[in-house]
Amino acid sequence: MSATELAVQDVNASLRLAQPKLPRWAPALVGVLAVAAAGLPALLLGWGVVPWLILAGVVFLVALPLWSLAVENRRAAVDRLMTSLVWTTFGIAMIPLIWLIWTVVKNGASVISVEFLTYDMRNIIGPGGGIYHALLGTLLVTGAAALISVPVGLFAAIYLVEYGKGSRLATWVTFLVDVMTGIPSIVAGLFALALFVLIFGPEIRLGFGGSVALSLLMIPVVVRSTEEMLRLVPDDLREASYALGVPKWRTITKVVLPTSLGGIITGVMLAVARVIGETAPLLVVAGKTDSVNLNLFSERMTTLPVYIYYQFTQPGIAPAGTGGEAPGIARAWGAALVLIAIVMVLNLIARIVGKIYAPKKG
Amino acid sequence: MKRTSIRRAVVPGIAVLVLALSGCAAGNDDSGDGSSSSGALSGTLNGGGSSAQESAQGAWRAGFQSANDAVTVNYDPVGSGTGRENFISGAYVFAGSDSALSTDEGELDKATERCGGASPIEVPAYVSPIAVVYNLEGVDSLQLSAPLVAEIFDGKVTTWNDPLIADQNPDADLPDTTITPVHRSDDSGTTSNFTDYLEKAGEGKWTYPHDGVWPIKGGESGDGTSGLVAAVKAGDGTIGYADESQAGDLGVAALKVGSEYNLPTAEGAAKVLAESPRTEGRDPVDMAIDVDRTATDSGAYPLMLTSYLIACQTYDSASDADLVKGYLAYVVSEEGQQAAADQAGSAPLDSKLQQEAAGIVDKIAAK
Amino acid sequence: MSATPSLAPPDGGPQVDPAAARTPRSRGDRAFAGTARAAGIAILVALAGVFVFLTLEGLPGLSQSADTYTPNTSFLSYVAPLLFGTVLAAVLALLLAVPFAFGIALFISHYAPRRLAVPVAYVVDLLAAVPSVVFGLWGARSLAPYLVGAHDWLAAHLGWLPFFEGPASVTGRTVFTAGIVLAIMILPIITAISREIFAQTPRLNEEAALALGATRWAMIRLTVFPYARSGMVSAVMLGLGRALGETMAVAMVLSASPVVTLNLISNTNPATIASNIASSFTEATPAKLHVLIATGLVLFAFTFVVNFAARWIVGRSQRRMAR
Repeated sequence: MSATELAVQDVNASLRLAQPKLPRWAPALVGVLAVAAAGLPALLLGWGVVPWLILAGVVFLVALPLWSLAVENRRAAVDRLMTSLVWTTFGIAMIPLIWLIWTVVKNGASVISVEFLTYDMRNIIGPGGGIYHALLGTLLVTGAAALISVPVGLFAAIYLVEYGKGSRLATWVTFLVDVMTGIPSIVAGLFALALFVLIFGPEIRLGFGGSVALSLLMIPVVVRSTEEMLRLVPDDLREASYALGVPKWRTITKVVLPTSLGGIITGVMLAVARVIGETAPLLVVAGKTDSVNLNLFSERMTTLPVYIYYQFTQPGIAPAGTGGEAPGIARAWGAALVLIAIVMVLNLIARIVGKIYAPKKG
Repeated sequence: MKRTSIRRAVVPGIAVLVLALSGCAAGNDDSGDGSSSSGALSGTLNGGGSSAQESAQGAWRAGFQSANDAVTVNYDPVGSGTGRENFISGAYVFAGSDSALSTDEGELDKATERCGGASPIEVPAYVSPIAVVYNLEGVDSLQLSAPLVAEIFDGKVTTWNDPLIADQNPDADLPDTTITPVHRSDDSGTTSNFTDYLEKAGEGKWTYPHDGVWPIKGGESGDGTSGLVAAVKAGDGTIGYADESQAGDLGVAALKVGSEYNLPTAEGAAKVLAESPRTEGRDPVDMAIDVDRTATDSGAYPLMLTSYLIACQTYDSASDADLVKGYLAYVVSEEGQQAAADQAGSAPLDSKLQQEAAGIVDKIAAK
Repeated sequence: MSATPSLAPPDGGPQVDPAAARTPRSRGDRAFAGTARAAGIAILVALAGVFVFLTLEGLPGLSQSADTYTPNTSFLSYVAPLLFGTVLAAVLALLLAVPFAFGIALFISHYAPRRLAVPVAYVVDLLAAVPSVVFGLWGARSLAPYLVGAHDWLAAHLGWLPFFEGPASVTGRTVFTAGIVLAIMILPIITAISREIFAQTPRLNEEAALALGATRWAMIRLTVFPYARSGMVSAVMLGLGRALGETMAVAMVLSASPVVTLNLISNTNPATIASNIASSFTEATPAKLHVLIATGLVLFAFTFVVNFAARWIVGRSQRRMAR
């Protein structure tokens, strides 16, 4: 369909073999001119840098396509416009990203030390102490949540795409997974707590309960992203595999999954990133402690976000007379930096693993 | 081939990681060797409730655990309401709460039932003066009366150079900046005490009921003490209310008490609390206090948050009883109160109240 | 066209399953299919559990005494501003984030030189890892003060629009700022998923378009977008889910009040359901807790409706395309 449409459109264009084209340096030239043109009113009216750059961007976005329209043709002008727009969105979006990450690094880097990473908060008054207990808590709770939700999510997505097409169960699962994205995180926590209280009695607080709450939040992201990735695997591949006599489940594990592995890993990492920063559900069901606890199935466990939240909201009091910040603030920034670093490392590992397993593209 | 080798490495790899993790305690924990263990108590004590107490609880935990190596105290800052509920359901052995157990929702009865028919213990443990904070360029000191504070927060007085404000601050050079009152957007004990103060001391200028939720629609607000302080800091001409210890470099208004203007002080708050009457109809072990917001003593500061610790007189298990008794005794001791004052900026209990509380806590026993 | 993903078979007719069409299925096949189905059922059970829990705990919240709903008086008047705020913040976030997210995704998959694309993709993923508490802090402490000027400008120049009526907030802690923070939060989700989907466009289709003389944009419009449509909607829906359910960041950035207003830049802004639960939960009495869970139920129902509508629209447009 697309090809015929194109062909019809292009009949006229293709008759002329040599079209006039803007020189390669045209965007750069327009860019410089736009900045200069915007600088004139900026200087005259005494604007700051930000409005100047905004105006320059607008001038560029208008001028380049217009020039292109004059010299080249309409399609090329649209292409130029879209290319500029894509680059602009990229440029604008990078500002908050870098600003945010820089803020965390600036505030957090000075706190990080061996002591900060290997001490817990037991018996710490005032400054000092560390995040060891919360670090381990985060790894254990999130790890267990991933252990629950990745297999469930993966298999559910496989069911939806490979087995359940059109069945009533699949329709329901699809809908409910969508709805699951709208569970407020605290509700997941309260639900997990109610579940464990029902089984073990009211005193129960355990790290694993946090994992259950988190997996409720993780599963929809895993299912949704995996589902989309599996759908994108061309049917040709499946059919080729079937034609060779490979059973369906081997086809899925050996052809379909490896083909979409990159996307699945991205989805899983997004899901992990989504829940690793949760505060409220963990506080409700996993509680809070100052000491190290490595047993997921008994007693309270602190995670990094809970730690960060309470270091920020209950920072203690600043040393008198110095006007400095309360000791909790610095610890919180440090912990935030560590949390981001953890996810970054996990992401990197997942990508490397994905590279190893992915089929070689020829 | 590469694949299988990786797959083979994964399981032992995880096993090694788990072993490595479980092998090491945190760098500052040396309780494992057993030789230096001090204190007679051991075990884990779980409680929770008021998030306002979290800093103070941190100080108490540290002090108590230092004296008793084998004890771990956990406190979940899940909020007063949840804390009381979890205490009643038996999930918490003790609870922290910004308000005493209420009688009209049957909470007190349920708590009595949970404690085996005996009235639960309630002792004031954390008293924190609430400061009226403001951010106004060029004005370093400000004096306000309770009715005026009520009118400002109600939006009746809208500019800083309003004659009502100028009357009370003859020395200040007040600008014509618009007043932006900032309230807490969350449900909080601080708001509850602040509105209670406005209601009782506001001479009829405050027409809303006292509540943990800010009763007026609209206006600037912040989430939690930190959010409110950040909002007050962010604008010019803002005014809000927050724990005095978190006021930082913001301006703090002196409130009119009797014929003088008093800044928030720990002593002033402790003094008012000591003079205030008890809530009527409570058991002697229940120290619920109706704070006298209209106190007129010299140096008194009637705007404060009083947070209680709730426990039972008797526990089924001897270890629970010993731990609660030990921990609460430390909390209400002079040492514990001073630790909270240093770490969380709270007001230590007046010695009379402190001794009464210590006497009550001393009665905790196993069945 | 056979490769175009379809969410539901157009007419619900029987699909020819190539594996099922051939001879008896092996034991491995049955076990695998059983596991997959079990996972689907497990999700159903978990959700049914959550739903039962929500309903049991939430229903009593519909009819509490009037003072539970302070400063409103009934459940409806309590939840209406919250729902409005939720929608407003989420719509604002989507309006801001979606063009940028697709722009960046295209940039990574089709425009940027490979040396730039890989690190950019990585940085965007990194942003997904920033905990919402940190977003909240950054939004309230760094971004909001910076945007005060923009608020003033909007109030002065676009004040005739109801959205920018003013008076401009002096702290910048408005739904406008919250929308920007939310947009930045959901940007990585939408970008990451749509980037993977754009990259999956069959090479042959793309090259065919280029060979016919299409410009790069025409190629993207004609081959990439139709192929990725369902995935793009999924990505947006996941982003919306996060925007609707976000708690801490909104609670920390927003100066909230229980009112309905379209004004984006004043200091009176409606809170969102999720952020209201987070900030009211800690000091809630049991009665109030029921009310909060009931608002959670409303959010749940709302998400249901939105997703239902989105699926329906996608299904319709696909059917039209298939015709």
